Amino acid sequence: MTLSVGCTARPGKSRENRTGAWRTFKPNFKHDKCTKCGICALICPESAVHENQDGFYDADYNYCKGCGLCAEECPAEDIEMTREEK
Amino acid sequence: MTQIMEGSHAVAEAVRLSKPGVISAYPITPQTHIVERLAEMVADGLLEADYITVESEFSALSACLGASATGVRVYSATTSQGLALMFEVCFNAAGMRLPLVMTIANRALSAPLSIWNDHQDSISLRDSGWLQLYAQDCQEAHDLHYIAYRVAEDHSVLLPAMVCFDGFVLTHTYEPVDIPGQEEVDAFLPAFSPYQRLDARDPISFGMYATPDYYMEFRYEMERAMQRAKGVLKECGKEFGERFGRDYSDLVESYRLEDADTALVAMGSLCGTVKDAIDEMRGEGKKVGLLNLRVFRPFPFEDVKKALSGVSRVAILDKNVSIGSKGAVGLEMRDTLYGTGIEILDCIAGLGGRDIRKRDVRRIVGLAEAGGGDIFYGLREEVL
Amino acid sequence: MAIDKTLELFDCGHRACAGCGHALGTRLVLKATGRDVIVVSPTGCLEVFSTPYPETAWRVPWIHSLFENAAAVASGVEVALKRQKRSEKVVVVGGDGATFDIGVLCLSGAFERGHDFTYICMDNEAYMNTGIQRSGATPYDASTTTSPAGARSFGNRRPKKDMPQIMAAHGAPYVATTSVAYPMDLMQKVERAINTEGPCYVQVHSPCCTGWGFEGSQTIAIGKLAVETGLWPVFEMNNGQVTKVKKIMRKPVEEYLKQQKRFRHLFKPIRQEAEIAKIQAIADANASRYGLDLKPRK
Repeated sequence: MTLSVGCTARPGKSRENRTGAWRTFKPNFKHDKCTKCGICALICPESAVHENQDGFYDADYNYCKGCGLCAEECPAEDIEMTREEK
Repeated sequence: MTQIMEGSHAVAEAVRLSKPGVISAYPITPQTHIVERLAEMVADGLLEADYITVESEFSALSACLGASATGVRVYSATTSQGLALMFEVCFNAAGMRLPLVMTIANRALSAPLSIWNDHQDSISLRDSGWLQLYAQDCQEAHDLHYIAYRVAEDHSVLLPAMVCFDGFVLTHTYEPVDIPGQEEVDAFLPAFSPYQRLDARDPISFGMYATPDYYMEFRYEMERAMQRAKGVLKECGKEFGERFGRDYSDLVESYRLEDADTALVAMGSLCGTVKDAIDEMRGEGKKVGLLNLRVFRPFPFEDVKKALSGVSRVAILDKNVSIGSKGAVGLEMRDTLYGTGIEILDCIAGLGGRDIRKRDVRRIVGLAEAGGGDIFYGLREEVL
Repeated sequence: MAIDKTLELFDCGHRACAGCGHALGTRLVLKATGRDVIVVSPTGCLEVFSTPYPETAWRVPWIHSLFENAAAVASGVEVALKRQKRSEKVVVVGGDGATFDIGVLCLSGAFERGHDFTYICMDNEAYMNTGIQRSGATPYDASTTTSPAGARSFGNRRPKKDMPQIMAAHGAPYVATTSVAYPMDLMQKVERAINTEGPCYVQVHSPCCTGWGFEGSQTIAIGKLAVETGLWPVFEMNNGQVTKVKKIMRKPVEEYLKQQKRFRHLFKPIRQEAEIAKIQAIADANASRYGLDLKPRK
């Protein structure tokens, strides 16, 4: 990669930094009591929670840092934090 | 068409004909006549630009930076304390490779406060990554703005440029100035074509930070661009000469240097006085000439060395000083002439508006011939 | 124009702390602005965690110049856009140090000139990027690395600067406060601001788990407590008049304070009743000034 002029960059490059490696706790989306409200996706500071084909939500573990905000704020208490297995 | 006009107004005319879309400046003596005239031009519809009346020089250059990154040609002007307040933005704009053009109405730096001329302000920004051009008269001050825009905006350069001209000595002096027509200027200086810009259709992040893995290479790229600017300056200066009859293809101006033993080195309006003194000395049989450094950044090492290849000694009139070291021009000259055997006398002179007259130039030549060491020239010993 | 909550313009892979209020807030801001925007950021946490070359997290055009000049850069961007007859909105997103302190000259100038842009302050109440030093936004008694609590100190000696009122006094047509704890409120206010002509100011409470000392999972809970105790009044101002206030069933301030290490010295080793009372008085004054209480406390 040759340098840009003036230290500029186009979008998408931060995705090369897989922040999932930071995680010590992992959110498990159980899809049990989930009401598909989508709060978990809205409040994820990593933009790492996405709706799946069934309308439930899952974390992208490539980027999820395991902060636990989704589990804390889930009104249905359907997300469980467990220690990351490395 | 040649008109008698004030130097500041000659600069304002050049800016008008260069068609910047955004002007942002803050008033400071002796720059004010430039920006007042530009404000009038905008108010009268003679210049299709937005003039942002900011609350400080720091914001003036910051607003120019933002507008330039958004794809518009920009202009600012300042001097002295104003330029010092812009220090941070100057380095930043150069690193972001934004081709701003700014006039510096050269003035001393405080303290003590002084509104009068020397080169300490712009010289203190010599490491900032801006091109620095120094005008010796009002016509050059006018002409160099077109060249500054052309070179700064050239995609092989993309560095900002300062056109420096002496506060009061040129800003407030009336001289005949040839003002070209808009069509002639347009042919030389086409509309701004940004290399990259802020645009929602093609989003780019500007002004990211660089880790130690990248920082040095970005700085090295600036150095390479600055070196390329030499060639672009020469080409544009030559083309300007062909179009307008005033040639700027040389980065330095040599005056009666062909057979000179002693070369004076100066920048800016002082060159006129030096040339007159040289003519007098030549009449008396003294082999004296002048090297006018029209371009200080990029420093024209090769051109200086070539121009001075025949001289025995050099006397530098440095209108600035790095307290604790020497004058900036003197240091560059010592580097350039290292190993040539040419004797060098660096005179710190003309600080804070102290006049340098023809008799002073003659005395300095005498000092150089006597082999004296570097000095503050012309100190009033009775007050020390 | 409806806000598309699924629009992601702030990318994965940025380097914010886990649970960062700024990252969440910025992501929400961009959902509200949509793609037709140019963002200006001053130096600070946000700039640093989102743009180590070449790994930008921004999917919209973004520019960072210096710490203290974001409002001036935005002025230039806005004028240049208008000159080119372009449609992008101009939004500054920066921290409280850049807004309350070092950038206040440029900010005041830009608002006085009346540029059409929105300035969003992500307020985490100290200089977090440099290691949690106090700023003009740091609340009374918060312990920071330059206002540490100690044998002769209860932490920061001054109350928070009232920036929303200062911005309103500039004649800003729209000034609002909000919090990352209330995503819909935040997005709606940003949308209102960018669709209001002239300089608008939105101050977002952005809890900082690292700087304030709480678990990253509590960012929203802490943010809610700030609002529910009356320490962070949520309101809107139009042309200098308070037009809308988020009413609350007010909780005692200590419920907010005791969750955070920056206020721990008020509770341990001994409870500092007098200091807690002073902070309660700040909340009471906010409640009275903005009419926060749903019903009078018994």
